[in-house]
Amino acid sequence: MMPHRNSSLPQDLLAIQRTIEEEARGYGLDFWETSFEVLDYKRMQEVAAFGGFPVRYPHWRFGMEFDHLSKSHIYGLSQIYEMVINNNPAYAYLLEGNSLVDQKMVIAHVLGHVDFFKNNYYFSKTNRKMVDSMANHATRVRRHVERQGLDKVEDFIDVCLSLDNLIDPMSPFIVRHDLPALADQEKPPVEVPRLRAKSYMEKFINPPDYLDERRKRMQEERDKPRHNPPEPERDVLLFLLQQAPLESWERDILEIVRDEAYYFAPQRQTKILNEGWAAYWHSKLMTEKIIDASELIDYADHNAGVLAAAPGQFNPYKVGLALLRYVEERWDKGRFGKSWNECDDDDARRSWDRKLGLGRQKIFEVRKLYNDLTFIDEFFTEDFCHENQFFSFSRNASSGSYEIDSREFHKIRSKLLYQLTNFGEPVMLVEDANHENRGELLLRHRHEGVDLHLDHGRATMEALYRIWHRPICVLTLVEGKARALRYDGGEHSERSA
Amino acid sequence: MALRIDAAHNRFRDIVRGKIKQNLRKYISNGEWLARRGKDVVSIPVPQIEMPRFRFDDQGQGGVGQGPGKVGDGLGPAGPGQSGQGKAGSEPGEHALEVEVSIQELAGILGEELELPRIEPRGKERLITQKDRYVGIRRVGPESLRHFKRTFRQALRRQIMMGNYDPRKPVVVPTREDKRYRSWRTIPMPQSNAVMIFIMDVSGSMGDEQKEIVRIASFWLDTWLRSQYDGLEARFIVHDATARLVDRDTFFRTRESGGTMISSAYKLCAKIIDEEFPPAEWNIYPFQFSDGDNWSADDTSVCMEVLKRDILPKVNLFCYGQVESPYGSGQFVADLRASFPDEGNVVTSEIENKDDIADSIRSFLGKGR
Repeated sequence: MMPHRNSSLPQDLLAIQRTIEEEARGYGLDFWETSFEVLDYKRMQEVAAFGGFPVRYPHWRFGMEFDHLSKSHIYGLSQIYEMVINNNPAYAYLLEGNSLVDQKMVIAHVLGHVDFFKNNYYFSKTNRKMVDSMANHATRVRRHVERQGLDKVEDFIDVCLSLDNLIDPMSPFIVRHDLPALADQEKPPVEVPRLRAKSYMEKFINPPDYLDERRKRMQEERDKPRHNPPEPERDVLLFLLQQAPLESWERDILEIVRDEAYYFAPQRQTKILNEGWAAYWHSKLMTEKIIDASELIDYADHNAGVLAAAPGQFNPYKVGLALLRYVEERWDKGRFGKSWNECDDDDARRSWDRKLGLGRQKIFEVRKLYNDLTFIDEFFTEDFCHENQFFSFSRNASSGSYEIDSREFHKIRSKLLYQLTNFGEPVMLVEDANHENRGELLLRHRHEGVDLHLDHGRATMEALYRIWHRPICVLTLVEGKARALRYDGGEHSERSA
Repeated sequence: MALRIDAAHNRFRDIVRGKIKQNLRKYISNGEWLARRGKDVVSIPVPQIEMPRFRFDDQGQGGVGQGPGKVGDGLGPAGPGQSGQGKAGSEPGEHALEVEVSIQELAGILGEELELPRIEPRGKERLITQKDRYVGIRRVGPESLRHFKRTFRQALRRQIMMGNYDPRKPVVVPTREDKRYRSWRTIPMPQSNAVMIFIMDVSGSMGDEQKEIVRIASFWLDTWLRSQYDGLEARFIVHDATARLVDRDTFFRTRESGGTMISSAYKLCAKIIDEEFPPAEWNIYPFQFSDGDNWSADDTSVCMEVLKRDILPKVNLFCYGQVESPYGSGQFVADLRASFPDEGNVVTSEIENKDDIADSIRSFLGKGR
């Protein structure tokens, strides 16, 4: 699909790429063929606005992203250094005019990402031909635009995008419920249990009238529509795809939006670990193998820029890298297991070194099996938290500004975990597709301590209505009280529930 | 260079234009952002465009950060960066979106929204001279325009990329594809043939608020007329008991006091027209803003006479905007209307407050003359 594979990479850069790849393989990294392309800043912004892909379906939001990127470029606020697509072969981009040290650093960094895409468990179910699929999506949407008109299709895409966080990120790995296997099969006739009786007593003990009536009732009972959905469904988009009264082009678009949401989900689940892993490897490769003395200062300068954290900022590159190095050190020195956990002698802990050298092996294991949530949950220890000066902050209601509110380990850790759970977004479940027996759609917000943003929630319910065509109800808590929100296509209402 | 994103980008700009149009009246009456005017663009704050989603109402929830500091130390009121949600930087903040719009585009929006007709210029055909300028490089062209240096640079680049350039034997051979030619563009150089003459009463009764209204109104008049004429001249007259010709800055800043003799301004206006802008070749637009309080009835009758004899026959349109002021009698507008009940090219409008600016612009420009 890309005629210029590798052809646009100048010879010298290609040679550098090959060298870095060889060194990386020497460390045990395992990546796909990666095709780099050099882009000028304008094209770079374009590709970045498309989320890294050369072709996406037409939508104004990419234009908005582009507008934003080009403005921040003009005002010098941000520059895109590196971009890589989870695809086999992987595609990555280099910015024209960057210094050679930067290009080397980016190549090394990208290889770290590609290794991660290929080997991390959470990526294992993603589409590895996504570049092609995205192009197909674009073609499909364009065809619908031709037939239905741009405004109509665009409005519907807006609707779908409002709902694209209503997915079940773990669903590719789990069978949540049995498939409705029996539903369409021929049902066996109902057996009415009868009392035992001698044959001449049969029609007195089991009178036929009574049996007929029982049989009818049991049949009715069995054929009564089962609760729909049988279990609360977290993949709201899937549910809508299966059950909402959509026209075929609408269904197609909803499917596209859902596919893309699932494709991007693992990247959102592994931001810290993935960036940390790439940063770990670019610094290892650069400092140990690639750069020569004349490039050291530039490298250090730029690397420091990537890993900088302004006060109060959470930089996933920095945190991920620090935590990986911490894990490596612990396993190198044997700082794990029962005796380590039970040791509370500070001096012994400080000088603890069993010289096991298991660090490298351990971080490769982490890269294979963990995501941000499990990574932080398991390795974000009290020592690490204090060493790296973490704090938790919140807004002081009286002054209106953000303040450090705690340096307590447990508070910081739980806040961090909380924000990583379900991408820091509310969990919404489809409870009932025939609410009040009126075909209304009932969703439940699984309230875990923070209320929904009600304005946004109402607007999203309007989007849901556009798909479901029947009133939408949402159960949630508002300031601790159970509330039922309802949108009937014309008005919003709210009552206690 | 054409980009694939252009379609999406234009679509986004259309949506923004739509937002501006929706809120145009608000923007017209709010002069604050006019201060942020660049040479050819204005930046307009429009409400953030974002997808509604089910999400937390987590204002003030905060997050986790890193760095020195004690419990209770502030991090500043601005957004302290995204916390560990794995989407730092991907979500724009809650701030209003600043959109840059070219003045021309703004005039287009203004015209559409207020349903302003295009102006039929009068007078002679517009005078346009044309000039060719070399502006760029292209791949085809006559050999006489070949750009020697660029051609060889391109050839060198290609050879390096292909790996067949040897620095020890620096031979560079351009092929057809390497050749670069100068290209030119023909630029029409219009000669302006329209002039706006702004007249403002700066007597003591015109306060800051009144001047602000004049400033905003004249910005929009200027914007619209500029979109209709390729070149546009402007003259500024301030008057109290006497009239002076001033520059733009002074026009909006002067504060004087004293009496009001509107006739003095009319006389000056007539003089400028006579001396500088022969009506056969120029489209002339005087805009007068005042609180409508003239010194005496005698002066008012002088005004009407000057207007009738020396100004109205020569101008496309004479616009009088009367800004309401707590001090003025506001008599002048009535006198004007009484004197010229049927003159097609006299437009009067009373502007009570900023919200009336849009309507007043419409009545000034709605005639298309």
